[in-house]
Amino acid sequence: MSIEAEVRDGVLVIHIGHDRIDAAGAIGFKERIRDLIPQAPPRVIMDLSAVNFVDSSGLGAIVAVMKLLAPERRLELAALRPAVEKVFRLTRIDSVFTIHPDIARGLVATG
Amino acid sequence: MQLVDFGGVSIMNSHCQTGGGFALVTMPGDSGSVRSGLERALGSAPLRRLLPCDRERVEVLLAEVLNNIVEHAYSQGEGEIRLLLRLEPTRLCLTIEDEGQPMPQGQLPEGQLPAAEALPEGGFGWFLIRSLSTEVGYMRRGNTNRLDIAMNCEQWGG
Repeated sequence: MSIEAEVRDGVLVIHIGHDRIDAAGAIGFKERIRDLIPQAPPRVIMDLSAVNFVDSSGLGAIVAVMKLLAPERRLELAALRPAVEKVFRLTRIDSVFTIHPDIARGLVATG
Repeated sequence: MQLVDFGGVSIMNSHCQTGGGFALVTMPGDSGSVRSGLERALGSAPLRRLLPCDRERVEVLLAEVLNNIVEHAYSQGEGEIRLLLRLEPTRLCLTIEDEGQPMPQGQLPEGQLPAAEALPEGGFGWFLIRSLSTEVGYMRRGNTNRLDIAMNCEQWGG
């Protein structure tokens, strides 16, 4: 269970190793990512392929990360699982993110 | 004297059919305990019998309800949360009780969706609860908050 970052093709990729981003973990999630992003390049993609569950606190934490990066850098998301994608869609928060099917396609997209 | 089996029991003033599948899950009102309480609820007989897509809906709905109790009802102190799950042929009925602060004005929040463009970091909870359920009722009796929530669900094998 970890959150790790790497630079690939000039893009910061943040891999979320947690099964859930929920009320119990939202603060730790934000703090860990805040530590990872000071030197971030203009494009940041969050890899959510391991995340099976996001509640409203988790959703708020992801939006908070987007605001931490703005305005110089933009947060994009990749590899949302169906249950997670559904929460994004219901709350219409999917409309404020560029969402890629997976990291590989996110890297080749122009952002 | 003859003992009569009525085929049901009464828990938290709700009638539970013994054949229909019910479970009672209790947890302390803090976010760590809610996470493990939710896991226990998902492993209980009534929720194991749901289709995966319905289990996912229940998981989100329950997480919002339980975390609201932790963040609002129990914001001033600790207490217990009791969750009763009852499976009926075409719906799941949830009863949730706590001894925390009452709802503001004694009413359920409207649950309006915050505008996505404003980049909200919260305020989705009651919108999600109302979106995922078919009926929601609230009662304050003495020091107890009681929520009754129903959602349409399908069971394995109809």
